[in-house]
Parts: sequence; structure tokens; C-alpha cells
Amino acid sequence: MADEALAVELTGITKTFPGVIANEDVNLAVRAGEIHAIVGENGAGKSTLMKIIYGMQAPDDGTIRVRGEEMHFKSPKEAIDEGIGMVHQHFMLADNLTVLENIVLGSEPTKGIQLDFASGRSQINEIGAKYGMDIDPDALVESLTVGARQRTEIVKVLYRGAKILILDEPTAVLVPQEVDELFVSLRELKEEGETVIFISHHLDEVLEIADSITVMRGGRTVATVDPDDVDAKQLAELMVGSELPTPETTESTVTDIVELSIRGLEALSDEGRPLLDDVSFDIHRGEIVGIAGVEGNGQAELIDAIMGILSVSSGSVHFKGEDIVDWSTKRRREDGIGIIPADRHRQGLLLQSPLWENAMLGHQTVKPFAKGPWIDRKGARDRTVAIIDRFGVKTPGPDVAAIALSGGNQQKLIVGKEMIAEPNVLIAAHPTRGIDVGAQAAVWDELRDARKEGLAVLLISADLEELIGLSDRLLVIFSGRIVADLDPHAVTPEELGSYMTGVEVEAAS
Amino acid sequence: MNIRKMLLSLLAPAAALIFALIIAAIALWVVGRNPFDAFASMWSFGTTPTSIASMINRAIPLYIAAIAVAIGFQMGLFNIGVEGQYLLAALFAGWVGGNIGLWSPLHITIIILVAVFVGALWSGIAGFLKVTRGVHEVISTIMLNFIAFSVIAYFLLNWFRDDPTSLNLRTPVFPESGQIPDLNWIFTMFGFSEPRGIALHGFFFVAIGVGIFYYMLVKRTRFGFELRASGMNPGAARMAGVAPKKMVLVTMLISGGVAGLVGLSTMFGSLHSYTQDFPRGLGFTGIAVALLGRNSAVGMALGALLFGFMERSALILDLEDTPKEVVQIMQGVVVLAVVIAYEVVNRMIEKREIKAAAEATRSVDTSEEVTA
Repeated sequence: MADEALAVELTGITKTFPGVIANEDVNLAVRAGEIHAIVGENGAGKSTLMKIIYGMQAPDDGTIRVRGEEMHFKSPKEAIDEGIGMVHQHFMLADNLTVLENIVLGSEPTKGIQLDFASGRSQINEIGAKYGMDIDPDALVESLTVGARQRTEIVKVLYRGAKILILDEPTAVLVPQEVDELFVSLRELKEEGETVIFISHHLDEVLEIADSITVMRGGRTVATVDPDDVDAKQLAELMVGSELPTPETTESTVTDIVELSIRGLEALSDEGRPLLDDVSFDIHRGEIVGIAGVEGNGQAELIDAIMGILSVSSGSVHFKGEDIVDWSTKRRREDGIGIIPADRHRQGLLLQSPLWENAMLGHQTVKPFAKGPWIDRKGARDRTVAIIDRFGVKTPGPDVAAIALSGGNQQKLIVGKEMIAEPNVLIAAHPTRGIDVGAQAAVWDELRDARKEGLAVLLISADLEELIGLSDRLLVIFSGRIVADLDPHAVTPEELGSYMTGVEVEAAS
Repeated sequence: MNIRKMLLSLLAPAAALIFALIIAAIALWVVGRNPFDAFASMWSFGTTPTSIASMINRAIPLYIAAIAVAIGFQMGLFNIGVEGQYLLAALFAGWVGGNIGLWSPLHITIIILVAVFVGALWSGIAGFLKVTRGVHEVISTIMLNFIAFSVIAYFLLNWFRDDPTSLNLRTPVFPESGQIPDLNWIFTMFGFSEPRGIALHGFFFVAIGVGIFYYMLVKRTRFGFELRASGMNPGAARMAGVAPKKMVLVTMLISGGVAGLVGLSTMFGSLHSYTQDFPRGLGFTGIAVALLGRNSAVGMALGALLFGFMERSALILDLEDTPKEVVQIMQGVVVLAVVIAYEVVNRMIEKREIKAAAEATRSVDTSEEVTA
């Protein structure tokens, strides 16, 4: 049964976390000496799968075979011993050490009790020459470009004797020219008989480099295809799924009044890379505008820019007839921009604090929470009780710490405190992520009702059912740009997938 | 349930204190003393009116220093510079106080304001550096301590010195109007004998005032809420419209302003000037007291009194030929033990709440089913 030609073979891998199935009956066969790409949306289970292969997590069920032999890795150390190496998306290098020091760190060559840097240096040069990877062992890591850092990581893995390399979204951090260099290196690796597992969202890249492609969706492997047999659009359709949910046929409540108008918004990272690139759109009163896109394409930056947390380099945000780009976050909130943050634990809650203090967060400067410079404890408590009643938050009372509540109830509190304040604009980022179906339906109903009342909503989500079910208009964001303005009633999976993965953009340009 | 919660939170310091006593007993036993005799004499010596006045006098500056530190702690700022802030503040306050003569309440108020201003100015430098240049406040406040020590020596020697011919290096002594009378009458009022040779510092009331100010600021004001929110979850605070840089600067200014008051108790009550041997180290001990009292206004007061008691009652050990360093061991152990004990108790409370919330959810569910 075991196939010697397969470098890695996974059968029936299942991995669940409390409340989430990350991988379900996953099957993957990677031939020795090929570049095998794994594509899928965020949350499709790619990272979990890689962690399982690399020994960081043990599967609940299923078998892992490496070169035909069944493995039960307890730690990455055991995987490394079997010749598996992983290059993480976020580099794990010490900036103030040299390339050489970083590479040997953890498996230092020694001569007696002394470190033998000479042998390390020669080995690195050897690896560099063999795989055509240009690298200076004595350069300080902090002085390197991103591409060179990545090469350092790859050499580090090879130095430890890896024959199977896992690269987690290696191109996400690179500029196009560096991507080309990486691909040259990967081909060299292949020539030398190494196996490469390559994770990416960028379908064109995948088609260019991979020998075979496995598509994951919703924690399952849905297909393994030959790149010669498919085009990017077909691949996109596989990623998104062949059927999109049908939107609810509710009456449109969109009015002509523009509530929030964004024009030419641009923001740069510290390194000068564009995070947001000429983003323009309007949200009308009574309209839900959905933002679709693979995570990390500027959604978080767009939210931060609208909230006044990220400073923009150019462009305008018009709200209530004024350009608000110079307004403080506090003023924006006081004037009626509400937010359901993407990550409720990191951005939305004070977990150790009572619910009434959590209800106050973001509204601490206005009635009924504040009376001048003072906190109005009674007002705050009464308001919290009102939120608990109206939005069905299940809790013994307003004095319970937020950490005691389930995720769904925490989210209901957050949604409730924003809704009850009756904002003009609401930014809802992943409003139902990680909560149960009942709570999800409740949140959706709230959003629909508020829209009917005239609320302008910007909905950012990775859940296509949510996006298509709620949105009046669907914008797609890719690489910090709005690349499409679609009608959720008419959109096809192929279209949506193509825009989300940048296929359509590149074809157009 | 709330009474239970209170009892649980009292459990932590009690357990820590007992643990510290055991460690101290072992230390005493190792040096060949009977721990029970030593504790007994510490207790009987430490509870005389004179000792209690001394204990409170020691506790006042520790309490104020702890509050200064705790204000920073509330938002995750570590102001190690209380030491330099209060000494520098005391120097300027001493110099100003000794050079003016006014109606007493005004005189005292001016001295206090000078101290608050200088303390805030000095900590403000650290806040400014953090906000504009990203310098970590631990580094900058430590450095500012050293700078403060040198600045003090320079000013005291060259500018603020009272009498250049005297060997006694000090600022001019406050006139009567700049002194706060002692509170020894409190003892006689309650029928105890009056402390001998020690004046219970009148600044006691100011310390209580600072404690109330701290409690109100942190628990009852919008600013205090934003302060705590920034400390607990900076990301959420930012989303909620709290400007992080402004928060850092304002917090450092308030912390330093309070720190400026630390040295004033001794100055108003007994020294009446800034002297070369002005009490030092209170800022650092204040950090320990803040940890001991878990940033709570009442907890820190108890912690400061405990430290005051231990320091005072340790004096008897010297007379009995027992190394009084045993008390320093106790001080260290009690802080460590409290930190650990609180962590344990907090987890117990948290588990309890999660269970209660889960039960409440369940009962709501079943009642819904019944009505449906």
C-alpha cells in the first residue's frame, strides 16, 4: 500500500479544536522531487495541515507517511530528523546576529568545546553553490532585504538536512522581482531532488511553479489537479466552491443619501509598501456594502484608516459633510461611527472586567456612561442590562467578567453596545466569526433591521454566505486595491474567486 | 457570592504573610535565635504608641510612592523613576519653602505645588521621550534617577545651600508657617499615652487624601477607565478612541506629580528643609508596596503599614543581638508570596465566575424551553 515514490502521504487526517473542525478527512500525496502547491482560502485548513506534517500538532485521526513509512511526530524535532523543514511566513531570525550565526543556531558545529564557525561557513557556501542561492554568511540579518532573509531561512532548513521543504506563503512578503528569484531557487532545489510543499493564494504563481496542485476548502482537500489541465479561473472556482449561497431576496432599503464617502485613500507601510492603494467607494444610508477578499489584502488597514488609527498618506473620508481624515478616533466614535472589531479578544473586550465596563468601551465619553469627567455607574449598568435584555446576552448579570461568557454571548454584547448607540455608520468586521449558528442568526437579523432603519454598514467578512446574504453591493479587495464592484445577486463563484485571488486584475493589466 | 469573593481575596495576603513568617522563622532559627521570642518582642515593641507613630510616619511616604508607581502600572507603564522624582521635588520644595514666609496654609500649598510640579516635570521627560522617540520608560526613568542625584548634589552645594560656612549641608529651614503640626493629640484623644520623641506627621491626612484621589481617579473617572483599558488591552482601548500617546504622557505626568509628594511628609513634619541625608530609597520600596497592595488603594495602605511596622519593630532585634536583616528577608518574601498567591486566587475566582455564567446560561435555556 505504501508508495515509495511518495515523499509525504496523508490519509484521512482529521484535526478538531474546541468548536472548530480545522481538518476533516484530508488526503494528500506529494511525490518525491516535485513542487506541490496547496491553495485555499484563509481558514481552509492549510496552516493546520502543515503544522501536522511538521510535527507541531498531532492529528486526531489519520496517518502520516514519510517515504512510505508511518510517522507519529511528537515535536518538530522529530520531523526535522526525518528531513522535513519548514519556512514560516514570519521569519524566525535574530536580527542582530549574522546569517551564519542564525543558520547554525540550535545545531552549532563544534570542535571540542569551541564553536566551529569555519565548518559552518563552508557548509553554507556549499549549500549556496549547490542550489544557486546567493548568500553572504557574515552579513548582519537586520541589513538584509526580505528576499535575502527568506533565502537565509531556506538555507537554515537545508543546513539541518531537510529533503522535504514546507514553505508557508513564501511570496506574500516578496516584491515581484524577489518572487522570480525565489522561483529560480525552488527550481534548483527540485533539480537536486528536493521536495517542496508550497502554500499560496496567488494562483498565477502556483500555476507557474507547481508540478501538482491540491485545493483545500472548508478543512477538506477537494481536488488535486495538474497545472497543465486547469487555468486560474477554474482553480479559483475550486477554491471558492461551485455554488454560492443565494442572497436573501429582501427589499432594498438603499437610499440616495451618501453616509460615508471614501475617495483615493492611500496608506503606506513603514517600508513604503502600499497598504491601501487608491481606495474609493460610497456607503449610502440603508445600505450594506460587503468587502470580500483573501485576508491580509488591506481589510484591516481599511478599517484602521476609517477609524483614524492608521494615518493615511492621501485621500479623503467624508462623513456628515466633512473630511474626517484628521479627526481623532474618539471624535469619530462620538460622532456616530460604530465598530464591531475583527478580533473581539484583542480589539473589543476587557476580558477581566465586568460586562458593564465592556459595554462602556468605545462609548466612555458619552451618555449614559459618562457624566462630565465622571463615570456614571448607574447609567452604565442600566444600559448594560438593556443590552443584555434586547440582544439576548446570556449572563447572570452585568457584573460578571467578560471572560466568563461564551464567544457568541461576548459577540452579542459587542454588537448590542454598538447598535444601541444608534450609529450612522457601522463597520462590522467578521461579525459572526467563531460563534455558534444561533448567535450568528441573531447578529444577522440585527444588521438587517438596522439597515432597514437607515444604518450604513461596511461589512468585512471571510464568510461568503454572510457577505452574499447581507450585502447590497460587494466590493473585492486585493493587494490594498478595490478590484471589483459586484452585484451579490448575479456574481458567479468563478468571478468572485478570480477577483479575490488577483487573476482578473492581472489579466486586465 | 461577593462576600465569598472578598474572603477569597483576603486569603491571598494572609497566606503570603504566614509564608513570610515561616521563612523568617527559619532564618532566625538558622542564626540561632528562637523565632517565637523574636516575633514576640517585635510585636510587643512594635505596638507601643511611640512605635505606632513611627510606623505610620514610615508608611506615609511608602504609600504615596506606591500610588505613584501604581498609576503607571494601571496602564502597564513602569515608572522606576519615583526615586529621582521625589528627591528632586523635595529639593526644590525645600528651597522654595525655606525662602518664603506667608500665611501658613498658603505657604504649605505653595510648597506642595512646587513639589508636584517638579516631580511631574521630571517624569514628563520620560513620558515625552517615550511618545516622541519610543524610548522605553524603564530605561529613561533609571537614567533620570542618576541625573537627578547629580543635579541635586550640584544645586545643594552651589545654589540652595543655607549657610556656606556650616558643615551641615541643607536648604534654609522652613519658618513656622511652612511646618505642619504633629498629630500626637490623636493618641491622647483615644486614651493612649503620647508617643515619646516622635511626632506623628501631619502629612498623614494628605496621604489619605492622595489615596482617595487615586481611588476616585482610577475607578470613577472616564480618564481612569481609559487608563485601565489601555493597560488591560491596548488594542481595544485604541479602537475605543483612547489615544495611546496622550495617555502615556498624561499618566507619566500624574505619576510624577504624585511622586513629588513622597518626601514632603518628613519635610513638613520633622526635617523642615532638604538635607544631605534626606531619606532615600522610598521610591524603590514603593514599587514593592504597589506590588504587595496589587495597585488597590486600600491594599497599598495596608502594605505600607505592614512595611512600616516591620521596619520599626526590627529595631528591637538589634538590641537583642539578632540580625535585623531578617526583616528585609520577610519584606522580600512577602512581596513575592503575595504576587504568587494573588495569581492562584484570581484563577480560583475566574473559574468560579465561568461556572456561574455557564449555569446561568443553562437555566435560561431550560426556562425558555418551558415557556415555549
